[in-house]
Amino acid sequence: MAVTLDDVRHVAHLARLAIPEDQLGTYVAQLNGILGHMEVLQQVPSAGLAQAADASLDGMRTRADQTGAVRLEVPREQNAPAMRDGFFLVPRLATHEDSGEEA
Amino acid sequence: MSAGSWEMVVGLEVHVQLKTRTKAFCGCSADFGDPPNTNTCPVCLALPGALPVLNEQAVALAVRAALALDCAVHERSVFARKNYFYPDLPKGYQISQADRPLATGGRVALADGTRLGITRIHMEEDAGKSIHDRYPGMTAIDLNRSGVPLIEIVGEPEIRSSVQAGAYLRALREVLLYCGVSDLSMEEGSLRVDANVSARPRGESAFRSRTEIKNLNSFSNVERALEFEFARHVRTYEAGGTIAQQTMLFDAANQEVRAARSKEGSHDYRYFPEPDLPPLVLTREWIEEQRRTLPELPAARRARWVKGFAISMTEAEVLSADQELGAYFESVVASGGDGKAAANWVMGEVLAALKETSQRIDRFPVEPARLAALVGLVKEGLLSSSAAKTVFQAMRSEALEPRAIAERDRLLQVGDDSALEGWIAEVWAEHPDEADRYARGERKLQGVLVGFVMKKSQGRADPKKVNQLLAARATG
Amino acid sequence: MTSALLDLGAGAIGAAVRDGRATAAAILDESLFRLHAIGEGANDLHAVLHAATPGLASEPLTSGPLAGVPVAVKDNFCTRGLPTGCGSKILEGWMSPYEATAVRKLREAGAVIVAKTNMDEFAMGSSTENSAYGPSRNPHDPSRAPGGSSGGSAVVVAAGIAPIALGSETGGSVRQPASFCGVVGVKPTYGRVSRFGLVAFASSLDCVAPFGRTVDDAAFATELISGHDPHDATSSDRPVPAMRVGPGPLTGLVVGVPKEYFPDSLDPAVRAHCERALESLKAQGATIREVSLPHTALAIPVYYIIAPAEASANLARFDGARYGLRVAAPGVQEMFASTRAKGFGPEVTRRILLGTYVLSAGYYDAYYRKAQEVRALITADFAKVFSGGVHVLFTPTTPTPAFKLGAITDPYEMYLSDIFTVTANLAGIPGLSLPIGRVKGLPVGGQILAAHFDEPTMFRVAYALEEALGAEAHR
Repeated sequence: MAVTLDDVRHVAHLARLAIPEDQLGTYVAQLNGILGHMEVLQQVPSAGLAQAADASLDGMRTRADQTGAVRLEVPREQNAPAMRDGFFLVPRLATHEDSGEEA
Repeated sequence: MSAGSWEMVVGLEVHVQLKTRTKAFCGCSADFGDPPNTNTCPVCLALPGALPVLNEQAVALAVRAALALDCAVHERSVFARKNYFYPDLPKGYQISQADRPLATGGRVALADGTRLGITRIHMEEDAGKSIHDRYPGMTAIDLNRSGVPLIEIVGEPEIRSSVQAGAYLRALREVLLYCGVSDLSMEEGSLRVDANVSARPRGESAFRSRTEIKNLNSFSNVERALEFEFARHVRTYEAGGTIAQQTMLFDAANQEVRAARSKEGSHDYRYFPEPDLPPLVLTREWIEEQRRTLPELPAARRARWVKGFAISMTEAEVLSADQELGAYFESVVASGGDGKAAANWVMGEVLAALKETSQRIDRFPVEPARLAALVGLVKEGLLSSSAAKTVFQAMRSEALEPRAIAERDRLLQVGDDSALEGWIAEVWAEHPDEADRYARGERKLQGVLVGFVMKKSQGRADPKKVNQLLAARATG
Repeated sequence: MTSALLDLGAGAIGAAVRDGRATAAAILDESLFRLHAIGEGANDLHAVLHAATPGLASEPLTSGPLAGVPVAVKDNFCTRGLPTGCGSKILEGWMSPYEATAVRKLREAGAVIVAKTNMDEFAMGSSTENSAYGPSRNPHDPSRAPGGSSGGSAVVVAAGIAPIALGSETGGSVRQPASFCGVVGVKPTYGRVSRFGLVAFASSLDCVAPFGRTVDDAAFATELISGHDPHDATSSDRPVPAMRVGPGPLTGLVVGVPKEYFPDSLDPAVRAHCERALESLKAQGATIREVSLPHTALAIPVYYIIAPAEASANLARFDGARYGLRVAAPGVQEMFASTRAKGFGPEVTRRILLGTYVLSAGYYDAYYRKAQEVRALITADFAKVFSGGVHVLFTPTTPTPAFKLGAITDPYEMYLSDIFTVTANLAGIPGLSLPIGRVKGLPVGGQILAAHFDEPTMFRVAYALEEALGAEAHR
């Protein structure tokens, strides 16, 4: 399962990393190098084991439906790159009419 | 092929906002109408180092919804991260459930008896709100809604018409309203519908490629959008074309469905189990406790009324359409009101009064016990139906018992023989000709004579008894 | 007198402040004095990113078990007053509006946060060379790495600036630098300490992990930060046992020696120190038993699938929308991609790419699911040994002592320096590294692993070994 230049380009897009084209090749080589060491796992019979491990875990602890959020000791504005009228501002989405698409 | 030889295939995905005080994973208020970003904390702002902790009331509401929709609720379910970048999704992933959802395999029963399948119900969190038109060139982000708990109800592709889609949604909404899990308002966004639609020739069993319609903001728009999109599929097929799987947007202003601008590459959400949350483990006892404490659901309630109160299914549907109205009706009957008569009163005078004043039934001034007493007076023959309506109007502004009002306003029917005989004697004296002809067998005059008696009594005489007494004079 | 006091244990410093024999302010001054001494000119070990200002402790801290005790905190813990940056450009200058639970617990015990320490960016690394602010240096040989990713905290403790420091572990990021710097490092059981406020790297592996100059300091810190936190759904509500159990005989104790941790390639001097330590344990009454953890060799491949996968999601929040770096761009998705490309260093970028790849459509089953299944096998290896009568395991912490800065350039070779520590993170069990000797002046660490939530037995062995080795541990 060798990683190709297109794979890295695709994954970089999924991860929103604007990697310059001339650096992609280095990552292709490194990912192939690392993933080569992972091939050993395919030899291990292990089907269904993760499910079994999960079943041994205690369930999660939940919280009561009571207000009481952790208070912010530094105002949002202080850390925000851009804020106006209480809104965080970001550059407009190029396809903003599709706003519901990924909701 | 003609349009009639094509069959519509629809599966609906319904997002329902759960009615909790706080968000799904933090203690922030779930009221997202407050000033922007005021109901946010490290967790729902996705600050570095913050962790989600699940709201147990959200679990209870989700489980109750699932049980009410006949789903199997699983003792173990697993939260997962759904990864994508969007400015109103602060973590860069949505906490949802993937291959191990809370519940699977339910159904929605329509009024006509059709049962439509539900594939699964899973829990997830809402995203924030992006506002694109407020600042030039910028998108404004409000994260008050970020992390509000939702369930997604994924329906089987078993719906075969737009009308059936509407019926499915109304039935689903009714059941969930009864359970009290959500406000279910499409305007406020607490109920959201996405529709997957495809077309196939009648008789074909395989599904053809489907499109997903988003941006549907009312049930009637769901029906309309389905018709538009189905027609487009059919037109395309008949012209020899193919339908590409894609996302469509419904444009309510222009009443049209159009393709969403496609995104570069396909979606790859990279679901994996949410490591910040161990599996959600529910005991069978707790799940059964939720089932036991569910309110009576609308279908069961209607069946009981039809059987127990001798009302029709149509009447039962009107009365159960609103849970509170149904409860009011039940109280009237429980306070002694005859079922059928109580139904007529609630559907008639009560609904009209509510409509006139835009009141809610739980604030309606005529309490069930007083209405039951009024129904009783009519049944006992103490009030005519028109006098009862007069008393009812008075009861809307006066806290008095109906009998007291009827007595005060001299509206009680008089059934006492001596009083009635007195009025009859006066009529006999004043209309000797008609009386004589009647006594000699001219029976068609009975109505005229009853009318004279009623007039004399100012409407208070019990017409049934008057008739009986007159009949006795005819034969005597 | 204050100077000598800072060389005592955390318990003794706290007692002195409570008794009025010393003031928190004076101790902080001494701590900052030492901190500046290792931060200047040729001596610059580059261990500290942000230091407290003198007078911070002017409010007299006269109560609490750690009254006036200076404590250093890795830069990936949310702290008040000092920036929290995770050794990354993407979070440069960020002031956390809330405080990590572990930090709060230490402060509430009377501790004074003296510094935020250098680290590999987002804890991804084994040398601190991946810090966006330059590598830290090993106090025993400044040409060598202090280990990582919690290198700065290890250096601060080794240099006597604070008896206790917080680090974090995902695959050995405290035990490995503890070993390289000659201090004690503890990875508690997963769930023992709240992760709330610890900036996530890989959530199912991350642990808050303290350093101590001595076993007692480390046990003290572990005990104080342990316990359930309603803000962390993975934190355990088991009661916290006493961890400062002190030295004592080891009669009846069975110490397992997993053969997979003593490969032929192990540095002979490291092997010799381990054997000396095992002899010492035996002399104190312990039984030594060779055991096998057959899936050990798979731990690194499993780790480097699971950790990057979780990290790829955990680091998605650094998008320039609400805090941190923003690189201007015409559209929001372009802004995300430009910000992240500029803000993350090469190792973080590499791991995000790797993690995204192993989760992506078509590869999930082959990589991520497979790795989770093999992780279960590794966990089962430990469970089998611990249920078979073995109380603790003893191993070297690392295959070699501290390596030279810049010596390892291949990413995978660097990953192998975690080979003996990463298993405990995958299995969720507690582990501890303590100094057991030196090779050419460089510290060597021995590792003690115990069953889930059995920190007391782990500390019992550590106290005994520390006492028995005495000065030999630092020779």
